[in-house]
Order: sequence, then structure tokens, then C-alpha cells
Amino acid sequence: MSTAVLAPPPVLPLHTRAGTDPLINVDIRRIFYGSHLAVRDVSMTIPKRSVVALIGPSGCGKSTVLRCLNRMNDLIPGFRMEGSVRFGGVDLYDPRVDPVAVRRKIGMVFQQPNPFATTISRNVAFGLRRTHYNGRLAEKIETSLRSAALWDEVKDKLHTGALSLSGGQQQRLCIARAIAPDPEVILMDEPCSALDPIATAKIEELIRELKERYTIVVVTHNLQQARRISDWTGFLYTEPAKGGQTGYLVEYAPTNELFEKPKHDDTRDYLMGRFG
Amino acid sequence: MSEAVLLNHQRLSGRTMLSGFLTALTGGATILALAPLLSVAWLLVQKGAPQLSLSLFTQTTPPPLAEAGGIGNAIVGTGVMVGLASLIAVPIGLLAAIYLSEFGGGGQVANAVRFSARVLSGLPSIIAGVFAYALVVMAAKRFTPIAGGVALSLLMIPIVTLTGEQALRAVPNKLRDAALGLGATPTQTVWFVVLPTAFSSLATGVLLAVARAAGETAPLLFTALFSLNWLRGVWEPAPSLAVMIYQFSSSPYANQIELAWAGSLVLVGLVLILNIAGRLLARQPAH
Repeated sequence: MSTAVLAPPPVLPLHTRAGTDPLINVDIRRIFYGSHLAVRDVSMTIPKRSVVALIGPSGCGKSTVLRCLNRMNDLIPGFRMEGSVRFGGVDLYDPRVDPVAVRRKIGMVFQQPNPFATTISRNVAFGLRRTHYNGRLAEKIETSLRSAALWDEVKDKLHTGALSLSGGQQQRLCIARAIAPDPEVILMDEPCSALDPIATAKIEELIRELKERYTIVVVTHNLQQARRISDWTGFLYTEPAKGGQTGYLVEYAPTNELFEKPKHDDTRDYLMGRFG
Repeated sequence: MSEAVLLNHQRLSGRTMLSGFLTALTGGATILALAPLLSVAWLLVQKGAPQLSLSLFTQTTPPPLAEAGGIGNAIVGTGVMVGLASLIAVPIGLLAAIYLSEFGGGGQVANAVRFSARVLSGLPSIIAGVFAYALVVMAAKRFTPIAGGVALSLLMIPIVTLTGEQALRAVPNKLRDAALGLGATPTQTVWFVVLPTAFSSLATGVLLAVARAAGETAPLLFTALFSLNWLRGVWEPAPSLAVMIYQFSSSPYANQIELAWAGSLVLVGLVLILNIAGRLLARQPAH
């Protein structure tokens, strides 16, 4: 259904090898908010079925880059991007591409758990209903909640309000809601920053499991978290010498490599905690 | 300074006395502000309550010199015209509110609409009547409850629009993000997430607008006019509570004056109930 909406541009056959074959080719030259140059020069290749972490100090444009990957930034007045984000060979910023269809392929989980003020099952079904899913809704809700490691905790109260869940449960509900419409990619914008350590550990474990089926891009403030969960890591930074207003990608490498042998001084200094 | 001086209670300091005086002043002002409301309510109950009976609600307004009678036709007329006004004002007001909050942003069109709504909300209600007279009565060449409904809707639209915009803006952006991030279109986001979340505050705004319209007299004076009979058709003059009170209160006949009191009590009671219902709805957590 949603692949059809991406047409007329061709859609990549997705029978590629996991972990090495590219799924998203990011080549962002410049991102503006109004006249403000927020991000420049971000080029990276996101392999299929891998976890990619974006790290860097506050205000370096991590979330901006993440939100470019499913065109969530389109909704911000004054947003303008130069460059391309190719998803399976299709430039997501091609004028023929429907941003709604993009977001159905590339789902998103936010910093604050944001379930709707309705029941647990309706939350999971939200994306399915919007795309007129014609399979069996109840089964889909169960498998989604199982995938999000939430089923056992909520199976007896599917029809109670989602807001009665704890913060960590709410965030896993949001993940279940995001994977229910079968996206290819899940973007996570600091998914654990509002959670306690136990809830964080559960989400991290979940991310590692979800990697089997989905490609995950996660923005995090937590360096150790990036190291624990990701295969590739991108370090974004703003040059203080040039006013520190514009973020750019300093280094993008397999996570072990980036943490063990960073190529750039800025990366090394950041990893060593010389600046925040 | 010794402790004895600090804890001296022998005489009040200037500051304490000033504080006491100002507290008394604000308290007195509050009582003054409430006094007219309470005295109106007391008078209405005193004069209107004895007339409360079943026949008050089932019979029509009596002509001069007739005995008894009721205000049933006026209540129905008010209900019909307020209902018609709501049918016009609620969709227009809510759609305008959705535009202002969700799509117009801070653009020039949105600012113009918002400014117009504020001006319109201060519109003297007699002007709304003149407008409806020109638009409907002069075209149809007769007095009609439709003209009354149009005039009342003019007063309701800005209330629904402005309270509606506030209600929609109070919906947290993270819910819009969630819906859009799940591949909902902007329309689906508004329909399935924003409107349900804001429902109780939207309903409050609508109820306040209905309460305002129900009590208006001037817009009905030369649009719906008045009638002593039940509402018989859309192209006939129509009775209403407010105009009935206006007419009967200046009547020389005791029976009509008593019914004006009863009608006032019913109208104030109706408006009060609508306001309380609005408050109760607003108290429900929106999220």
C-alpha cells in the first residue's frame, strides 16, 4: 500500500543483505530554519538492519538531521534543506514523493512518551486504522505489543487508558505503535532521556531485538548507550570558533572504531568528556 | 533590636493597619460586585417562582386581559432559534478555530481572521439584528425565525472561534508529532487526535456561546419579531423568551407582567445551567 504511494519513483527491492547493504544514503548539504544555517555537510550511509547512533553536544543538530530522514521537519515553518536523502534509491525530497507516505515507511519515536489519551489497543491501532489495514487488527496489536516487549504487562488491560501506564511502559507502547504499520526504519529521538535506568535498560534491549527486523536510527545524549546499542555512530558538532551555530557531521564510523580510534581530535575530546 | 521590641504586640504597626484596611477594601468591593447579581436572583425567585407550574411550560402566551396562560411557545421559539444559530455558528466557528490553530499559523490571513473575530465579539447585538434584517427579512419580505437564528449566529461565531482556538492550542504538540510520525495526514491528525483531545474545552466554548445567544433580545426584535402563538412555520414571526420578557414587562396587564417575571426566572435559570454545564465540562482533564 504505502510502497505504491511512493511511486512514480522506483522503490528499491529490499532483499538485500542485512548489516552491510545501504538502505539510506544521507547527503545533506545545508539545512536552514529561515535564514539560520542550522546544519551543514552530513553524509552517511545507513546499512539495512543496523542501529545507527547520532551523538554530539546539545544544539549540534542531531534531532534536526534525524527529523530530515522522514520529513518531519517539513512541518516547521521556514525549514529548507539542500541535498538529498535517498531511501532505497528514492530521494525522499523528490517533489513527487508524498511526505505522508514517507512517514508510513519511516516511523518515529519521540523523546517524551506521547501516547494518545485513549486505550492501549487504540494507540497501537492508530497507524493501522489511518492506512485502512485490512488484516486482523487484534492479532496485529498483539504481535506489535509482543515485539515491543509490552504484551505480558498489558494483555489484561488493552482497553484501559494508555496514560495510566508508567513512563517506561508508555515509551514501549509508543514503540509498539510505531512498528504496528510495518515500517522499514524507526527513528528514535532520545527515546530514554525521560526514563529511569531500569526502563532505559529495557528499551535498549528492545532496540537490539528490533534490529533483527528494522533499521534503527537513534539520537542519544548518552555515549555509553550509543556504544552499547549501535553498530555505527555519527558524531555531530558545532565549531565554537565559527560561532557554534551550525552543526556538521565530524565523523561517521563503525561504533567500535569511532570509540576506540577516533580519527578527529574533536571526536576524541568529546568522547573523553572534555566538553559536553 | 531586642527581642522584646520585635515581638511587641502592644500596638499595631502602620503596615499591619494598612494591610487590614486594604483587605477590608477588597472584601467590600467583592460584596458590592456580587450585590446586583444576588439581588436580581432574589427578585427573580421572589416574583417568578410563584408562577412556576406545569401550565407555564405547556400553554401559550396570553393576549391582553386573558387569564392565566404560559410561556411554552416562547421557550420553544428560543430553543428553535438558538438551535438554528448553533447549526450555523458551530461549524463555521469550529472550522475557523481549526484554521487559526492548525493551519493558519501566524500568517496574515490568520491574523486578519483573529482580529475580525475579536471585533465581532464586541459587536453591539442590535447591529447583528440590523444585519439579519437586511440579509433575510428584507429579502424574504417577512419576519421569520430564520432571520432570528442568523442574527444570533452572528453573535455566536466569534465566541466559538476564539474559545475554540484556545482549546485547540492547548493540545500538546507532542500528540500532533506522534500522529504525523505515524503517517497520519494533517487532516487525520486534526480529526482523530486534536479534536478528540480538545473535546471538552470545545464543548465549553459552544455552551457559553449558546448561553449568550439564548439571552439576547435586540437581535430578535425586528428579525423574528414576536407572536402569541406556537411557532407555526418558518415564514411566520416567532416568539422567544427574551422578546416576550421585553414586551410583557412594559405591559399594563398584571397577568402579562407576572409571566414576564416567570419568563425571566426560566431564562436566567437556563443560562445558569448552560454556564454550570460548561464549567463542569471544562473541569474534566483535557488530557
